[in-house]
Amino acid sequence: MSASTIKAPPIGARRKPGELGDKIFQWMCVGAGGFVLILLGAIIVTLFLGGLPAFERFGAEFIWGTIWDPVEGQEEFGAGVAILGTITSSVLAIIFAVPVAFGIAFFLTELSPPWLKRPIGTAIELLAAVPSIIYGMWGLFVVVPFVQMHIQFAFGEQLAAIPLVGFLFQSTNFAGTSLFSAAIVLAIMILPFIAATMRDVFDQVPPVYKESAYGLGATRWEVMTGVVIPYTRISVVGGIMLGLGRALGETMAVTFVIGNANRIATSLFDSTTTIASVIAMEFPESLTGSLQQSALFAIGFLLFVISFLVLALSRYLLRPRLK
Amino acid sequence: MSTTTATIMASRNIEQQRSLGRRRKLVDKLVMYFCLTATVVGLFFLLSIMGTLLWRGLVALDLIVLTQEFQPTRYGDDSLPKGGLIHAIVGSLIQTSIATAIGTPIGLLVGTYLSEYAGKSKFGYAVRFISDILLSAPSVLIGLFIYQLVVLPQGGFSGFAGALALAIIVIPVVVRTTEDMLQLIPNTLREAVVALGAPKWKMITLVAWRAAISGIMTGILLAFARIMGETAPLLLTSFGNNILSTDLSRAMASLPVSIYQQANSGFPDLIDIAWSGALLVTLGVLFINIIARVALRKRA
Repeated sequence: MSASTIKAPPIGARRKPGELGDKIFQWMCVGAGGFVLILLGAIIVTLFLGGLPAFERFGAEFIWGTIWDPVEGQEEFGAGVAILGTITSSVLAIIFAVPVAFGIAFFLTELSPPWLKRPIGTAIELLAAVPSIIYGMWGLFVVVPFVQMHIQFAFGEQLAAIPLVGFLFQSTNFAGTSLFSAAIVLAIMILPFIAATMRDVFDQVPPVYKESAYGLGATRWEVMTGVVIPYTRISVVGGIMLGLGRALGETMAVTFVIGNANRIATSLFDSTTTIASVIAMEFPESLTGSLQQSALFAIGFLLFVISFLVLALSRYLLRPRLK
Repeated sequence: MSTTTATIMASRNIEQQRSLGRRRKLVDKLVMYFCLTATVVGLFFLLSIMGTLLWRGLVALDLIVLTQEFQPTRYGDDSLPKGGLIHAIVGSLIQTSIATAIGTPIGLLVGTYLSEYAGKSKFGYAVRFISDILLSAPSVLIGLFIYQLVVLPQGGFSGFAGALALAIIVIPVVVRTTEDMLQLIPNTLREAVVALGAPKWKMITLVAWRAAISGIMTGILLAFARIMGETAPLLLTSFGNNILSTDLSRAMASLPVSIYQQANSGFPDLIDIAWSGALLVTLGVLFINIIARVALRKRA
């Protein structure tokens, strides 16, 4: 009856303005983060489930089996050749790319006059932006004929005479599409990633360290080997692993130039194949639900495992330096 | 006697040091020449690619290529109609636009989470790690994933599936630039906004995002440029088509896939058209990249 029935709300219970909005927004952000984790998980699970029939049929032998026969009725699949081709082409690409990338990074951090740094840095970054299909076409119409005409004959015959390693250069495949061509194209593709990472980590060496070495009379090369490389060693390896991870999964460029033959390459100039290019070549033509399709999922799963391990290692090594 | 030996020793020492110094300088010089050569080699490849593209791309590039659909090869007979790439250009624009529209909001939220909420939490570390992995993951596997998830249940290749595959590639690129750009915003700005009594979500959307907008737009542009040239995932999802079509539920053409198919056809006239397409894609990608990088430099 009295006025005392109207009560002011207790002080602590008043809602702050925007509290609900804050909660919703935060959950949207966290949810999006969770989505990324689920996405990666879903990719792994999907690839594995897609490949399960092939894994069940061939067992562990699938990983090193070298027969790839999609003919109906006698289907037999083994990933050995593709896995070997993927790894050899990527490792060769690293061997070609690392010295050049190191040279570029050293040039950009220590030698180049300041006005030249930006244009060259941008040019190298643009090399990374060129789509892989363009590298493929350029590789097929420029690199492959060049290797075929000028490298395979000129060097191949000379080098084949070397004892023990001569077989690496002796090939009966003269099409020019080869492991060597693929490695060259891959090396150019990953060059900008490795060079950019190296440049960034070299730039992070505190100038005082370098100045003290210069003060003691060291040359630029001695500063590099004595100060910069020891200081950045882990990150440099991380950058190389990043390049390796990219090379392992590269598809279109390799498909154009490697020859796509399910044979183990005993020579640099032999045709072979990689996991990614087998998938790109055969998947669009495979029958839905066939054993071939399952085998393609299975090697996709293996590629995912390999490149995940390499990329994870790379990120782990790069983490402390490049946030 | 003893003084003379000392002088001889000293002069020998100087001689040795001089030759050591010469060797050190020589090594230094050789390394410098090597670095210079490496840089020239890198630039040479870029020039070679651009030169080849211009030289071979301009041969067949004309209005017909830009306005007509695919035509089967003419086998050298110039009286037959010449084909073009308009179906692929339209298909590419549709798929990349939808992919950017789907991928950008997700990437933006993830980047915001990493910059504003994650701190040093384990979950935040995991999200950052996984989105870094996605950034470099083989794109052909994303094609396989969408094939199993969308193409199979739907019963056929579709432009929509292609757009979804590309959207997955957009996400990590946008995440990376959003996080980096938000980190550049000074904390005092955030504190000032919160001190005025604004809720955090308003602080982020109205102040932080707005302050970082040009950087975030750059990230979206870079993501768009990145998916413009993607081929492998589209081969398994939207597959390609030879006619002008805007039906997202059916197979849809795209420039990279058309380039791939025509370049591998073995017919000179189709290969010429493929080179024109390659020139278009590359010029588009590089143009967007240069714009984005110039905008980014201005910020940093």
